[in-house]
Amino acid sequence: MPLDAQSSNAAGLNVAVLVSIGRHPLTARTRRADQDARAVEMALSLKGASVNLMHAGQHDSDHEEAIRGYLGMGIEEVRLLEQMPEADVVPVLTDALRASSPQLVLTGTRAETGEGSGILPYLLAEALGWPVINGLAAVEKVEKGVATVLQALPRGKRRRLRVRLPAIATVDTSAPSARQSAFGPARRGEFDVQPHASEADAALTQWQIQPARKRPKRLKVIKSSSARDRFKAAAAKSDGGGGQLLNDVTPEQGAEAIFKLLREEGVLR
Amino acid sequence: MLDILLPILLFSALALAVIGAVRRVRLWRQGRPSPVPVIKGLMQVPRRYLVDLHHIVDRDKYISRTHVATAGGFVLAALLAIVVHGFGLDSAILAWVLLAATVSMFVGALFVAKRRNPPPSRLSKGPWMRLPKSLMAFSVGMFMVTLPTAGVLPADAGGWLIALVLAAVVTWGLGEMFFGMTWGGPMKHAFAGALHLAFHRRPERFSSPHNASAARSSGLKALDLDNPDTPLGVEKPADFTWNQLLGFDACVQCGRCEAMCPAFAAGQPLNPKKLIQDMIVGMRNSTDADYYGSPYPGKPIGEHGGSPNGPIVPREGRALVDAETLWSCTTCRACVEECPMMIEHVDAIVDMRRFLTLEHGNTPNKGAEVLDNLIATDNPGGFDPDSRLNWAADLNLPLMADKGEADVLLWLGDGVFDMRNQRTLRALVKVLRAAEVDFAVLGNEERDSGDVARRLGDEATFQTLARRNIRAMSQYRFSRIVTCDPHSFHVLKNEYGELGTAEMPSDYEVYHHSTYINELVKAGSLTFKEWKGGSVTYHDPCYLGRYNGEYEAPRDVLRALGIEVQEMARSGYRSRCCGGGGGAPITDIPGKQRIPDMRMGDVRETGAETVAVGCPQCTAMLEGVVEPRADIKDIAELVADALVAGSSAEKGASNKEASQTQRNVEEVTS
Repeated sequence: MPLDAQSSNAAGLNVAVLVSIGRHPLTARTRRADQDARAVEMALSLKGASVNLMHAGQHDSDHEEAIRGYLGMGIEEVRLLEQMPEADVVPVLTDALRASSPQLVLTGTRAETGEGSGILPYLLAEALGWPVINGLAAVEKVEKGVATVLQALPRGKRRRLRVRLPAIATVDTSAPSARQSAFGPARRGEFDVQPHASEADAALTQWQIQPARKRPKRLKVIKSSSARDRFKAAAAKSDGGGGQLLNDVTPEQGAEAIFKLLREEGVLR
Repeated sequence: MLDILLPILLFSALALAVIGAVRRVRLWRQGRPSPVPVIKGLMQVPRRYLVDLHHIVDRDKYISRTHVATAGGFVLAALLAIVVHGFGLDSAILAWVLLAATVSMFVGALFVAKRRNPPPSRLSKGPWMRLPKSLMAFSVGMFMVTLPTAGVLPADAGGWLIALVLAAVVTWGLGEMFFGMTWGGPMKHAFAGALHLAFHRRPERFSSPHNASAARSSGLKALDLDNPDTPLGVEKPADFTWNQLLGFDACVQCGRCEAMCPAFAAGQPLNPKKLIQDMIVGMRNSTDADYYGSPYPGKPIGEHGGSPNGPIVPREGRALVDAETLWSCTTCRACVEECPMMIEHVDAIVDMRRFLTLEHGNTPNKGAEVLDNLIATDNPGGFDPDSRLNWAADLNLPLMADKGEADVLLWLGDGVFDMRNQRTLRALVKVLRAAEVDFAVLGNEERDSGDVARRLGDEATFQTLARRNIRAMSQYRFSRIVTCDPHSFHVLKNEYGELGTAEMPSDYEVYHHSTYINELVKAGSLTFKEWKGGSVTYHDPCYLGRYNGEYEAPRDVLRALGIEVQEMARSGYRSRCCGGGGGAPITDIPGKQRIPDMRMGDVRETGAETVAVGCPQCTAMLEGVVEPRADIKDIAELVADALVAGSSAEKGASNKEASQTQRNVEEVTS
């Protein structure tokens, strides 16, 4: 079977897609978030699967328009778990997922608004006790509660994984791009608004949010004097450089290595 | 014996025709309702037919004269035959007139036959090849049976065998002319055509003075998006309004549209004639197997079919029409301008595109991306909307936001993001300054006019953009809008009006820059040096020419520059599209050749060294043709290059000084 093949038969599979409010990078207008839209596209391409959209957030006109962007992809209804602004959505999503018990939960790698840390799927997986896959590129088949999926690795590499369902998977830009959102279905789509108690995110209220700036890049100092080396250095893709590969280590050793790196980089003091 | 047989034949043919007419009307009434003034419309048919329509038919003198003889002869002969033979009115005078009418019809029929020997490729064959013979059968039969009434022959001349033969010929003629007229033969065009004239969807095309050119009414009609029950475009043949279906049924399959269509010539899968016939196929619940004209290039006949309530373009598989057929259209309106039955092809294509975009979400190739950009950044390229004036950083353009009012609102269009068009805009600004025009621009408050979104079927995005532009403009006072983009020009002039409100009226006085420059030249505000640039031809932009009827102003400006325009074979209302309209470069349906290459071929035939244009799209498309080819210059550039540094230059210099000081002041304060 070729890699990145058309996602195959998934009859009866219950897929939940968590969608968020996107933000256009140039104009900051709300829109469907690109990665979340790719997650919806992935769910829609699973033949025979039932797709449920879920959004935890506010119910106002600006947000509604963005959510309708997902409905325009041909989805009839979205569940809106109503929350206060700046609420921690992990508890309410955990409860909702536990109650609706989907076999597969899809979402973007990180949100375009709010904290945007990309930690939400991991927190949900931890709370639910489900496995989590990042960089989902395709779902190849689903049999007897086990899904065979392709995971996208850097530089176009793919890794085939078997994962026991239920599971959470995140998609990024290596997943197929989302289909066009059409005005008609977007206008007709319905909101199932369910008010829920909000848990204020105490940490978030302390934060000051400002537009992101491009991080400064480290200057690459090329010491070699030969033209060939300089050319190679200029043409090479920045790989992050350095780093170390740890194989067959205990979780403690791994954690120790990460801790050391964070301290070296000045993230932890 | 014929005395008895003729009335029976005549009245049974008439009765069958009436039954057929009722059936035909019921076919049309499958469409959506569309209120029309019935009596008034019917009363106007003779004038619309004899004056407005004749105007268009007369562009082909041969068939125009043939048609006058044939149709005039037939109508007169048919009416008199009913009186003379049907009711048995024994009047020698009427009989002689009837004889004359049949002779006229026969002569016409000979010319019809001659034109079809051999038939040019644009004409349909099949039953249409039979038509000249049927016309002759009717005229000869009617002539012969009238001879006794006129007193030329005795009543019982020839015996019953001849009578039987004559009866058979008359039956053939009556069958084609009366029965076939309403049951779907070639003569159907007369019945449907007359009613189409009465209930035409764009009655403005018939207003005085007589000029039924498509330019009189070319703005697309808006969808009412506030009403959630409004169908978003046309999914199935029955979604057209009934008078649109009637219009399609009026098609006489002359193929003038096919001969003019740039997409057809480029080998893209579109043929306007076949498209209209396919709509009738759908309306009649059949297949295209009995179509005898040219196919869509690359698509064999007999594979498509549909029904009134079946989809025209299905999500998967094949039905009446393939999506790429609809997306091949450049909306140049050459077919509409050419159609002697005044069918509105472009309206129908955009109606079907609306459904594909608004309901299926299936705009091909870059369509979806462009629409997303328009929604998110107000321009099709996805550029930062706050960088609209970056190109003019050194020009110190007056902003409406600062001035509040100006004589001219200069509408820049999305060309501001295109380096080629920035040269045109610079030239235009130079010309306006030389003529000391009081102008201002909207700057970052301007958005895409919505033209591309609308032609791609995204009515929702068009209306959003249009309303926001209207709101931006309503804050300021200006007496006219001038733009160098004919697409913005058309949309602002003809399509924004419907979207205005009482508080924010949107009826603007809009000028294409060529028209405005022409006025400046006439007013003596510009002086030019002598033209030394070699021979020049002029390419009419569709949205300026056919959409708005402006053919002369650009030529006047060129003449004022001292240029003698070397006209292309296809110019004026027959100008060939550059291929850049209707979102065609975005949907990019492949063909055998490219439309701009063909247009550049037209330019080459004139031997011109420069082709003058008046549209950023045309500039881009024509400049995309590989060298060697003529230079492409916008009219504004030609004018700016020819400006004389005379009295106006002095003022230009003082202007420059003024702007210089202003900039210095800014530096000091900051």
